Amino acid sequence: MARKLLLEHIKVEGINTFDVYRKKGGYASVEKALKTMTPDAVVDEVKKSGLRGRGGAGFPTGMKWSFLAKPEGVARYLVCNADESEPGTFKDRYLMNYIPHLLIEGMIVSSFALGAKTSYIYVRGEMMPQIRILEKAIAEAKNAGFLGKNILGSGYDLELYVQPGAGAYICGEETALLESLEGKRGNPRIKPPFPAIAGLWGCPTVVNNVESIAAVVPIINEGGEEYAKIGVGRSTGTKLISAGGNVKNPGVYEIDLGLPVEEFLYSDEFCGGIANGKRLKAVVAGGSSVPILPANLFLKTINNEPRLMSYESLADGGFVSGTMLGSGGFIAFDEDQCIVRNTWNFTRFYHHESCGQCSPCREGTGWMEKVLHRMEYGHGKLSDLDLLVDVSKKIEGNTICPLGDAAAWPVASAIRHFRDEFEWHVTNASEAVTRNYGLAHYADPLQKLETAG
Amino acid sequence: MKVTIDGIAVEVEPGTTILNAARQIGGDIVPPAMCYYSKLKDSGGKCRTCLVKVSKGSEKDPRPMPKLVASCRTTVMDGMEVQNITSPEVIEARKGIVEMLLINHPLDCPICDQAGECDLQNLGFEHGAVKTRYEFDRRTFEKIDIGDKIQLHMTRCILCYRCVFTADQITNYRYHGILGRGDHSEISTYIQHAVDNDFSGNVIDVCPVGALTDKTFRFKNRVWFTKPVDAHRDCDHPGCNGKVTLWYKGEEVLRVTARKDQYGEVEEYICNTCRFDKKKTADWVIEGPRHISDKSVISSNHYDFIPLPVVKTNLVLQEANKEQFERDTRL
Repeated sequence: MARKLLLEHIKVEGINTFDVYRKKGGYASVEKALKTMTPDAVVDEVKKSGLRGRGGAGFPTGMKWSFLAKPEGVARYLVCNADESEPGTFKDRYLMNYIPHLLIEGMIVSSFALGAKTSYIYVRGEMMPQIRILEKAIAEAKNAGFLGKNILGSGYDLELYVQPGAGAYICGEETALLESLEGKRGNPRIKPPFPAIAGLWGCPTVVNNVESIAAVVPIINEGGEEYAKIGVGRSTGTKLISAGGNVKNPGVYEIDLGLPVEEFLYSDEFCGGIANGKRLKAVVAGGSSVPILPANLFLKTINNEPRLMSYESLADGGFVSGTMLGSGGFIAFDEDQCIVRNTWNFTRFYHHESCGQCSPCREGTGWMEKVLHRMEYGHGKLSDLDLLVDVSKKIEGNTICPLGDAAAWPVASAIRHFRDEFEWHVTNASEAVTRNYGLAHYADPLQKLETAG
Repeated sequence: MKVTIDGIAVEVEPGTTILNAARQIGGDIVPPAMCYYSKLKDSGGKCRTCLVKVSKGSEKDPRPMPKLVASCRTTVMDGMEVQNITSPEVIEARKGIVEMLLINHPLDCPICDQAGECDLQNLGFEHGAVKTRYEFDRRTFEKIDIGDKIQLHMTRCILCYRCVFTADQITNYRYHGILGRGDHSEISTYIQHAVDNDFSGNVIDVCPVGALTDKTFRFKNRVWFTKPVDAHRDCDHPGCNGKVTLWYKGEEVLRVTARKDQYGEVEEYICNTCRFDKKKTADWVIEGPRHISDKSVISSNHYDFIPLPVVKTNLVLQEANKEQFERDTRL
């Protein structure tokens, strides 16, 4: 069993309180960083660790930190993005719920590294219990002298605030989050300028996911090089995966990146296989916005190599035969699930969550939703498939923020891989409302690729 | 800085956007813009009709940009190469955007006051498809009066945010804004609060479609039957210099608007007194006929051979009218 870095003490009674957390070695990284390291040394450690952003895009965290502009006399901010609302992803909520001090500890070290005197945790509005938990944890940390003025006698001051959002998926996009934090309508900003140059109130700002910030704690405790030993290739360290859908043991698991997907899906340590003895049909590997893959393409890459849970391996084959690790929202579909219905459901979500600022996303998501709704309820046409692909192509890449891409990818990939199921839905409309297409050939072994020469 | 757009090079100031560089060249290579308004800070980037392809980033970093960029919000770099109408990718994307803008637009041009001077109509004519692929009900809203002089017909709105920026930047208080989100978001006032401000009428001029219309002009006439004439008056409002365009039908001034340039942008904002209350020729000093592009539908009926009553007494207008008449009869 691999070592857990984030969730090591998750089962300890009372780990959500400061005293127990401290006894288990908590806040050691704060002591280490503030007493023995310079801010630049902390940034260097994070760079060495190869940590990549855990929120979905996978951008190297250390690199992001080093882009932060540092003009004289201008405040800098660290904002933690806890607006986790991607369907299928619930790892940040789990972390904040059970081990809030880990996030606080990470925030203190990261703020120190960036020279931020005020930091914010922007939490999605629906997570009211977690907001209270965090506020309690902050009060405890402040009591113990880990927040406020002159932390541990190092002369470093930090105020940490929790800000509830109002429950919008779009506020998980970093610039929309900053707008919302400033008290405005949560519309994404047009980039450039990037937040590292002009973010919160026009000041240089870093926005990081909850898990990225929590991962800074083991990186400082054990050193960036030690952390980089875990994982495979450029995917270093551990990752929280929230497994859901038709798996036997849904929940949040911490895995070493590079774990074979087959092991993750079928070993009893993790998902434990598909529930009720059914067979796997399809998988969404990283939250609803990444491309969906049929079982055979998910377990093996197009070259018949086993797929690993890593940024590179999941993306193997690009969008033709690959997907993305995304935010780690792992959703498995068994043979009784309807891909058309699922695609419609995802599209309905993006239609509802589009901010309405730029035209392709505002109008296109609604259009796709209506076409898929019609198809699901038995009034589809065969020409709708090409229409959907075309509309998704017109949205993708032409919008202000990645929500347009996120809305387009599930539709495009579902039609790419499950076209016959969509066609069956149209041609056998009356049958399609009473039964599902079933597994069909989606789990068949991949044919050997013929290569020229 | 040197930038090349569709093979035409131009020297521009640092900080100029691609769109403004293209406007300096002029002609067919200027990307259309529905939401960008050069006189409004922070406008643009939303409608995505001005997307262009940057095939070479700059002299220093010649890599192309990975996605199409909004030309109204992207500043030029030295040696940048941009493709607009020479890129099939851009044409395809723009066609898609125009289709998206039109799927929820009512297409009620025959009864819309904006027809003839509508940016969306022009855009659809130039870039749109013949037939829509959208087969569902369009989004509709009730018409609401915002203030006693302005009517909002949200059904026609394309959410360009221009009126929001106008209220923010040239009036002293903004009463209206965007409510809701996604394709059901709407421009509205908070609980139908009246928009009442000396400069509120400018939202009518900046609106690219017929969503915000002048209640004193609604259904009075089609714009192509009216004759635009530049005029000015001594306006005592400190923020207004009284330079306007009067739109005549016969002897009557049907409406007063700010003067608009070739991209449909106002030259200078005018106050509500000039716009709504001064509708007599006697209030104004006539300067001459407003030049309207030959391509615009407004010029199709421009000057008739029976001189306007106003023209009879004004030498400048008579002269211009003669030229116009000669050109029309020659065609």
